[in-house]
Parts: sequence; structure tokens; C-alpha cells
Amino acid sequence: MTDNGSLAAATWAQVELARHPDRPYALDYIHALFSNFFELHGDRLYGDDHAIIGGPAAFDHRTVMVIAQQKGRTTAERAMRNFGMANPEGYRKALRLIRQAERFQFPIFAFVDTSGAFPGAGAEERGIAWAIAENLVALAQARVPIVTLVIGEGGSGGALGIGVGDRLLMMEHSIYSVAMPEACASILWRDIARKVEAAEALKLTAADLKRMGLADEIVPEPAGGAQTDYGVAADAAGAALRRHLGELEGLDVDQLLEQRYQRYRRIGAS
Amino acid sequence: MFRPKTRYVALPSPRAGVGEEVDRLTCPKCDTSLEPARLTAALGVCYRCGYHFRLRAPERIAMLVEPGSFNEEDQAITAKDVLGFKDSQPYTRRIEQSRATTGANEAVSWGEATLAGHRIVIVCLDFAFMGGSMGAATGEKITNGIERALQGRVPLLIISASGGARMQEGMLSLMQLAKTAAALGRLGAAGIPYISLLTDPTMGGVTASFASLADVIVAEPGAMIGFAGARVIQQATYETLPEGFQTAEFLWQHGMIDLVVPRPELPAVIRQLLDLYTRDGFHSDFELKGQARAAAQAAAHIRP
Repeated sequence: MTDNGSLAAATWAQVELARHPDRPYALDYIHALFSNFFELHGDRLYGDDHAIIGGPAAFDHRTVMVIAQQKGRTTAERAMRNFGMANPEGYRKALRLIRQAERFQFPIFAFVDTSGAFPGAGAEERGIAWAIAENLVALAQARVPIVTLVIGEGGSGGALGIGVGDRLLMMEHSIYSVAMPEACASILWRDIARKVEAAEALKLTAADLKRMGLADEIVPEPAGGAQTDYGVAADAAGAALRRHLGELEGLDVDQLLEQRYQRYRRIGAS
Repeated sequence: MFRPKTRYVALPSPRAGVGEEVDRLTCPKCDTSLEPARLTAALGVCYRCGYHFRLRAPERIAMLVEPGSFNEEDQAITAKDVLGFKDSQPYTRRIEQSRATTGANEAVSWGEATLAGHRIVIVCLDFAFMGGSMGAATGEKITNGIERALQGRVPLLIISASGGARMQEGMLSLMQLAKTAAALGRLGAAGIPYISLLTDPTMGGVTASFASLADVIVAEPGAMIGFAGARVIQQATYETLPEGFQTAEFLWQHGMIDLVVPRPELPAVIRQLLDLYTRDGFHSDFELKGQARAAAQAAAHIRP
């Protein structure tokens, strides 16, 4: 095997770890980290999307707003959660929660874990792109601190639709990509079999994103991956969320928003 | 479409005697003959099939707030027949009849109360008074309640049970939709939490105004909730309506409400919400927190 080949194989191992079926999902982190989570439902427009969940929760004696992408564990739950791929209703529910967080001055914690927004005809008819786009603006302007944690897969615009914020943290074995390797191989080479090559080319591991200055911190996972010990993974995640939120809460809100603007403004600036 | 006959149950309350007393009851859903005492102990939920009987406003308030903590306001405000309206009988006579049967001057009661240590403003509609319809006086009392919550910076709980706008007051009634919505706009802008509880039935202009404008909307199981009634829709469009159309569960599936909560779990769920929205998510009573969580989980059984 060439160096490139073994590098690609190592990257692919990361992709598979990020998608490990036993990996802790958003609700596993939520139940470990928050004592009083109250799930809110519905976008008030069309439906309730179980691929995106959220609601107020207690964290260190304050209320935070949790917004998360949730995959299913069993076959029935996977179907119910649409394999973690949200429809427009999920993003519109998230928007409702973003507005509510602002109204009550709850900091936002976002847990990202999706291979992408749902690629379906109904999603297109109901404006999936419009729903995601509106969230990007809402999150950029929300007058509360926002900490984003990628726990598994960060897939494209579907991840970013709840993923804009003041901090981007990534679990050690999570990935975040402009498109999933399969989709990228299909788009560029019309050959899904070249997904391993695509995965390496995309630079999508937590370490890659940290190196590029896009991720602020890599949250360590227990040896072998978060699926080996949920408690250790959740403790590390909680400690990172607590520390970053603490830093952000020290800032004046206008300063916070300016920093958030500059955070994205400088990406790719010459 | 089958609709149960309106039946109310009297619950133990500091204002006993206000509710309708009944000797024997038959559940409109499962046809079981029910013992009133047992039904009362079950908070008006059929102990066979879970059917939720309608409650009068005083019983509803007593069920939720700390005993003796409710200070009712605006009891003297009452409907006026501005239009000289007459259908099968004059509006003035309808008002008198409703007053006589309910012992109240309007279809809504409001005041401050405490719930698990939280000061709140509670506004409760009463379907027994002219179908809970919203006239000018009704809208005025509701708006007064909203404004009190705003002035006192205390959370607002509105319990709806209404056929909608009151036809007998014409446009004065319609404008109460705008009035209550405008007041809630101010409440929302001030960051005061508002919880809306929808009970059977919540229809028309009430759904199209204050009832749906809350931060968190919960509903009782089986409650009929909507804008246009099923009969109106069928007559206008000849559409066959789906099973369970306009029930609380139907609305939950369509993203309109946050949760369907069985009546016995309402106090714990509302308390949990008040904790999260006012006390920075934390309180020291872990026992009740466990109960509240159990209630929320039990209520999640309708999840597909």
C-alpha cells in the first residue's frame, strides 16, 4: 500500500468510528449532562421532525437551550428519526428554539450529528435550503452565547443549519465535511466506490479541522472511541462545554456578536 | 361526526358548589357508568378509558394552584349587549342564563396565584359560559391578565376552552383577537414566559389568537383543537376528514403543539416548565423533579 493509501485507510477508519452504531448520540449526552431536559416539539408550521430535537435544560444552575441532531439506535427509532437526516420542519423547529433562547437569554448548546439534511422531494418542496439559510442568519445574530459540539458526523449544510456559533468543538473521532465522502465521490467522479479516496482528500477529521483553525478544541474520547464508555465521553464533553460557555458569558453581548461575525469573516480571507 | 355531550365534573375546591353536581355519569367515550366520587378523585378522567371530561374554571384553577393562593380579579366585568343582538333568543337572556348556571359574570376568570412556589398569572376560560366564547368583556379580562403578567414580570398560564369569537358581539368580538395578540407581543418582547394549555374544545378565534401564541403549548389528550370546525370544513369542501382530525394528538403530529399531557400530570409538567423558564433551570426539590420527569416521559408515550 502506498503512503497515500494507508493515510486514506486511516482517515476512513475515522469516518467509520464517527458513524459507529454504538456511539453515544445526542440524547445520551443530553441525559448525562443535563438534569431537567424538557423536549419541545413542532415547528408550528407543518410537522415535528424527530431528526432534530431540542428544548430547555438545566446546566450548572442555569437554563440552557439544547438543539441537537438525533440518530436512532433501533431499526424502528432509526426510521422514526429518519437516520438523523432532518427535513425543513427540523430546521424550523430549531429556529423557534433559537428565538426562544434569545427571548429568555438562554445560552445555546448545539450537538451536531447528521450525515446531512434529508435529500428528498418533499424536503425540496417545503424549502429545505431556505430553512437552513434562515438558521445561518438567526444563529449569526442570536444575542446569546452559542457553543457547538460535533459528536459524530457533521454533514454539510445540514450540520451547519444548527452549527453556527461562537465555538466549534469536536469529539476526537467526529468528522465534519462539506459533503459526506460518498456524496463527494459521486459528485466529482460519479463513482461512489471512491469514497475512501474522497474522505482523505476532503480533510474532514477533527484533527484536520483543528489544524485549519476551524475547530477550537478537540474533546478527548476514551481509548477506542466514545462508544466504549459513554460516561467518560460525556464528562469530557461537559467539561469543555462548561469552560467555553464560561469564557463567552464574560463577554458583552455586542462584543460577542462582533467576535462571532469575525470568526466567519476571516475564514478564507486573504 | 360523533361529539360527546358536554359533561362537567365537580372537583374538590375551595369554592365548592360552583361546579355542576351530578348523581350518575356515563362516559361518552366508553359508555361505562361512572361513580362520581371516583371520577372526581381521578380529576375528571374516566378511570376506564382515560376520557377527559370538561372542567369548570374554578375546578381547573383549584387543581393546578396552591390552595387558597388564587386571587381573582375583574369579577365584576360582564358582557354587554352592544349590538342588541337576537338569534333564537336575545343575547341579554343568554348572558343571564350563563350567569345563573355558572355563577360567574363572564367566560373567563383570571388572577394571580402560586404554583409550586412560583408566582404566576393564571387565566382560565370556562366553556360552560356561552361555550367559552370571547366577547369584548372576555377579551378585556384576558388582556388585563396578560398586562398584569407583564407589569409584575411573572409567568403567564392561559387555559383555553372555547368555541371561538362570540357571534353575538360581532366585530367587537373579532377585535379581541387583535387586542390579546398585541398584548402577548409585548409580553414576549419583555421575555416573560407564557404557557398555553389547550383543553377540549379550543376552536376558532381563540386558537387563531392568544391560545397559539405561547412559548410552550401543551394540550390534554383527545381535546378538539382547530380553527374551522369539522362540520364547516365538510360543508365547504366535501372533503373526507382523516381519523382523529383536530385532536390534540393530531396537532402534535403536525407540529403545532409541544406536548400532550394527561390531566393528572399537568401540575408537575407546568412546574417543570416554570422552573426552567424562571429559575434558571434549577430547584432543590429533587423528589418532585423526578416526578415531573416521569410525567413528561409518560406523556411521551404518544411518540410514534
